[in-house]
Amino acid sequence: MRTLMSYLITMPAVLAGVVLGMTTSWADDDRFITVASTTSTENSGLFADILPRFTADTGIEVRVIALGTGQAIRVARNGDADVLLVHHTESEEQFVADGFGVERYSVMHNDFVIVGPSSDPAQISEMANASIALARIAEHKAAFASRGDDSGTHKKELSLWQTAKVDPAEASGTWYRETGSGMGATLNAASGMNAYALTDRATWIRFGNKGDLVIHVQGDKRLFNPYGVILVNPAKHPHVKSDDGRRFIDWLVGEPGQRAIARYRIEGQPAFFPTMILD
Amino acid sequence: MAESLARTIPASAGAKRASTVAPLLPLVLDRVCYAPHGKPVLHGINLELTHGLRTVILGPNGAGKSLLLRLCHGLIEPTKGRISWAGKSAAAAAHRQGMVFQRPVLLRRKVADNIAHVLAAKGIRRKHRDALVRASLEQAGLTHLADRPARTLSGGEQQRLTIARACVCDPDVLLLDEPSASLDPAAARAVEELVVRIHASGTRIIMTTHDIAQARRLAEEVIFLHHGRLLEHSPAEEFFRAPRDPAAARFIRGELID
Amino acid sequence: MADFQTALLTAIELVIRLDPDLVEIVWLSLKISILAVMLAALIGLPLGAAIALWRFPGRRVLIILLNAAMGLPPVVVGLVVYLLLSRAGPLGPLGLLFTPTAMVIAQCILVTPIIAALTRQTVTDLHEEYDEYLRSIGCGAFRSITTLLWDGRFRLLTAVLAGFGRAIAEVGAVLIVGGNIQHVTRVMTTTIALETSKGNLALALGLGLVLITLAVAVNATATAMSDTARRHHG
Repeated sequence: MRTLMSYLITMPAVLAGVVLGMTTSWADDDRFITVASTTSTENSGLFADILPRFTADTGIEVRVIALGTGQAIRVARNGDADVLLVHHTESEEQFVADGFGVERYSVMHNDFVIVGPSSDPAQISEMANASIALARIAEHKAAFASRGDDSGTHKKELSLWQTAKVDPAEASGTWYRETGSGMGATLNAASGMNAYALTDRATWIRFGNKGDLVIHVQGDKRLFNPYGVILVNPAKHPHVKSDDGRRFIDWLVGEPGQRAIARYRIEGQPAFFPTMILD
Repeated sequence: MAESLARTIPASAGAKRASTVAPLLPLVLDRVCYAPHGKPVLHGINLELTHGLRTVILGPNGAGKSLLLRLCHGLIEPTKGRISWAGKSAAAAAHRQGMVFQRPVLLRRKVADNIAHVLAAKGIRRKHRDALVRASLEQAGLTHLADRPARTLSGGEQQRLTIARACVCDPDVLLLDEPSASLDPAAARAVEELVVRIHASGTRIIMTTHDIAQARRLAEEVIFLHHGRLLEHSPAEEFFRAPRDPAAARFIRGELID
Repeated sequence: MADFQTALLTAIELVIRLDPDLVEIVWLSLKISILAVMLAALIGLPLGAAIALWRFPGRRVLIILLNAAMGLPPVVVGLVVYLLLSRAGPLGPLGLLFTPTAMVIAQCILVTPIIAALTRQTVTDLHEEYDEYLRSIGCGAFRSITTLLWDGRFRLLTAVLAGFGRAIAEVGAVLIVGGNIQHVTRVMTTTIALETSKGNLALALGLGLVLITLAVAVNATATAMSDTARRHHG
């Protein structure tokens, strides 16, 4: 009995001590907001560059959860994030219409490109029309790596196929390969099997495993990639940090944020273009 | 428990115990049968043990000696019949008995800690334990091995340890199940000497063996078991000179019996 | 081949330089996994011992489930924990999602079955050996359990190390419930996943080498400590 007593007393004490000791070092006294965004934006390195400026200006830490657009929107719907920053306008507007977001603001844009093996088996190089280029890829049954994950990039890709009146889903598993993964993983797959792929420019420039892939199609208006930012609606989720979230959005779409975006370079090239016209 | 401190007497021949608590004897078995899973292995054992003698339960392998000892110690329940120690059930009497098994069961810790563990299990406070452990080791001649990991001891030393351990709380009865069956002759003799010393300090001994020579050396009283039946119970001198049961006689002569 | 060479050089360089990002990530990985394993042991050791020693209806089924649970898919555990901790879920008000605490919870869920199942096996084996003896000396139920656990301490240590290995190498669950937030919930495995997705394969592989070395170091230390203890106390 004595042993049982001493166990019951010392064990919780030890446990409490350990838990306290280990978790005080990650105590959440810091002021922070949670932003649900996309892997492509995170992988481009933009956040690592501009967010510290915001924290320096306001003292608010920004914690970014990088997921596919579909997943990011779901996280925001659940109220697990304070701000949503993705790149699929239709979904963003639906998010606001459903009452989960307060208002959508345009932040920046860049473009998508179609990359592929330098040998260009589908012969799409320098084509002006991205949809027709995809149709050519389908014709030649050239290997194509798709995101397949309900992301902004994936939705863009699907709309291009639709415009070309081609349904690649039937060919899924043959020349059309859906990786169901993020941009980087999909590019790794494309590089590994020498396939075509649709990617945002910023991720592509930064990507370290290009292999034999090069850009074949760019500049088409259809490849326009706009980003929007939305505050998660505190009416639906009262715990949302709406004040600090608003501060962030104001900073991001206001001059300080827009300038920071404009100044961000990857290997000397601008990666994102702010919505605001700056001089 | 204060009495046990006073009563831990190292080897001194002929010392008799002043029984200040109710005695555990007589041990009475009344028509005890044991049939695990319906298969009878002990049949109608009737037995009464009173005096403070050294009792040896003798018989060939498979006679049921081990089972009889375990029944008396309360480790197993009889299928039929009753066992009582001065009126108490075997389970109730068990804490005043010590038991030694054929193969020594030792904890993976130091020799001294093995003995201390028993004391802790019986509720003896930490400050009293050291003296008892030391006395116990001395009685068994194991003081120089106190800090060795118990499992590194030789077979004989291990068995002496388990005997010392079984006696540390000064039990009224010490039950030993073929304690030297797996030992070489020298180690077996050391064990026998220890048993004799313990008996001399006032502890009742009930021991099983299949070794006739050992029974001759140690027994003051013999119980002969064969095929689960108690065939003879007599003083040792009488048993070895003129056994009444024919099977016992054949066994003593060394003739294998089935 | 070049990737492997670069990876090795990168790993060595990061370690020698004591790259602050690397140190931060390694430290967080260790804190989370060690805490998770300690909690898992506090639950799993008594649980395994109890299942080993008590007979109750459905015990066989429970043992089968426990053994199967050693192979719980981490990504499924992560998903379930996410759904529980999400603001839209039952434990939402605790605000634990995307914190190291959530990662500890997920890893603890993955590790507890390993420790419990291996403890159960160890205690069962020891029980066979010690049961009659412990009953003979009138050892109470609680003391019997602690005696068996202590006597099986070396095998149990191996079980705990196996649990640690599972925890420190896990990526699926901690990615979902932690969110891989830089400086907050980014650990070795999620960093490797991130760098891989950026195509920085040599760096990812280098970090992988550091992680493996870390696991080896932990195991070596634990084994050395137990060997010393074994020699002194048997």
